[in-house]
Amino acid sequence: METLYLRRRVTNALAILLSLAATAIGLGFLAWILWDTVQQGIAALNLKLFTTITAYGDTGGLSNAMVGSLIINAIGIAIATPIGVAAGTWLAEYANRTKLGESIRFLNDILLSAPSIVLGLFVYTIVVLPSTAITHGNTSFSGLAGGIALALIALPVIVRTTDEMLRLVPATLREAALSLGIPQWKLTMQVLIRAARSGIITGVLLALARISGETAPLLFTAFGNNYMALSPLDKMASLPQVIYQYANDPGEAMHALAWAGAFVVTMFVLLLSLASRLAFSRNKVSHD
Amino acid sequence: MTEPNVRFDQVQPVGEAAVAEPKLKVRDVHFYYNGFHALKGISMDIPERQVTAIIGPSGCGKSTLLRIFNRIYAIYPKLEARGSIELDGENILDPRYSMNRLRGKVGMVFQKPVPFPMTIFENVAYGIRHHEKLSRKAMEERVEQALRSAALWDEVRDKLKQNALGLSGGQQQRLCIARAIALKPEVLLLDEPTSALDPIATGRIEQLIEELKTQYTIVIVTHNMQQAARVSDQTAFMYLGELIEFDNTEKIFTKPGKKQTEDYITGRFG
Repeated sequence: METLYLRRRVTNALAILLSLAATAIGLGFLAWILWDTVQQGIAALNLKLFTTITAYGDTGGLSNAMVGSLIINAIGIAIATPIGVAAGTWLAEYANRTKLGESIRFLNDILLSAPSIVLGLFVYTIVVLPSTAITHGNTSFSGLAGGIALALIALPVIVRTTDEMLRLVPATLREAALSLGIPQWKLTMQVLIRAARSGIITGVLLALARISGETAPLLFTAFGNNYMALSPLDKMASLPQVIYQYANDPGEAMHALAWAGAFVVTMFVLLLSLASRLAFSRNKVSHD
Repeated sequence: MTEPNVRFDQVQPVGEAAVAEPKLKVRDVHFYYNGFHALKGISMDIPERQVTAIIGPSGCGKSTLLRIFNRIYAIYPKLEARGSIELDGENILDPRYSMNRLRGKVGMVFQKPVPFPMTIFENVAYGIRHHEKLSRKAMEERVEQALRSAALWDEVRDKLKQNALGLSGGQQQRLCIARAIALKPEVLLLDEPTSALDPIATGRIEQLIEELKTQYTIVIVTHNMQQAARVSDQTAFMYLGELIEFDNTEKIFTKPGKKQTEDYITGRFG
């Protein structure tokens, strides 16, 4: 009896120790990365970063990359949100538990884990090459193409959260609305989407966080630009792409700029995550 | 939907509760869940402007029966109802009977209060808006009237613009009743409306049922026998998908005609 009890206690202590170690390894690296980013980023932070374009190289800033990132991300989210919410709604409300719905849900999960560089190449083939041909080279790489590539990355995230959030809405809410004679489409648009709203907003914000760090798909689509570009049809710089470029540069000053860029992106993503948490907790609807 | 060989007008309803002009005439209703025979030939006459309670142990089919009265079961696949239910002489199980019309005439309140994620005002106005076009003024009057009938007006008159999810459970349930009666239905179905509420909130709802029966035909499913005895005029006892006995509530609770009813009422099973 005693030995059995002892063995359980030892096993328990060992299991806890191992889980703690695993957590420590994961969190440790994360803390290290964050620490380095914050330390090096803050050291390189100055006003010029926000006011000067990358054309000046190591004496310049990142303003065009920041504006470019904002425009490209905005295009990506603007395309992905309506399509993603609509598709997620269809999956949850109309195709739930049908063969077609299940297959599309599965395909969406595959898209969710598709390497982003593949999506970049895909958009290069279907947007960049044709637009080059049609406009005789006036428009080739563009912020718009970059936005479309990011939309393809954000889309499955939004589809999935919308689908899951709608399926969490209790069946009784549907019955209550239908028992008033409300038709299915009105129920979906006016009641269910509203009930799942905070969850859907969270999904959109997380998708935005996800795409704002993407580099690979932008290399083949937005390409980069050392000058300020405001038209979505121009080549456009973005923070991740400039970070990538500067980090490969031998100059110390360029590295400092890359760190500053990394710090800005990290803070942006952090703020988005916090915002999504807030959106979810404040508006949470309880139907226990 | 109807079986050609059966003449529903020849099927006799169970019990003595049959009245001169019933609001709902249920004839030989069978129900199948994915092949499982859940209701086995229910026939009964539900009198107008009275409270009819349906009692019985879990799984006896009482909620299933209630959910046929407004065809809410039809939103799920593989469920099938056979037989006929006449509402003012028209068979509501006939697929040609418009769902929109049926749900305007037959309102339902569920076990757990489920307000819509909207303001208190919108919760009541939402259903009305689907069935009628009203001016702002008329809508405000209609909402007030519904909230008054549901004995909720005095508690919410100053916070009509607030989210309905901020109300207490009992208030939410009265809001759901207000939402249902705002459509001016003729029949009100209550599916265990107080099972998620505390005794005080339950008391208020029961009092409300008493007041509402002057205007509506009410059918209430309840697990609580005392509640059936308190609020209803007629009581139906169901067991294993069959209607065992249907009679005046007083008679059911004092001298039931069937052994099974007596056993259930005296707590020998269920």
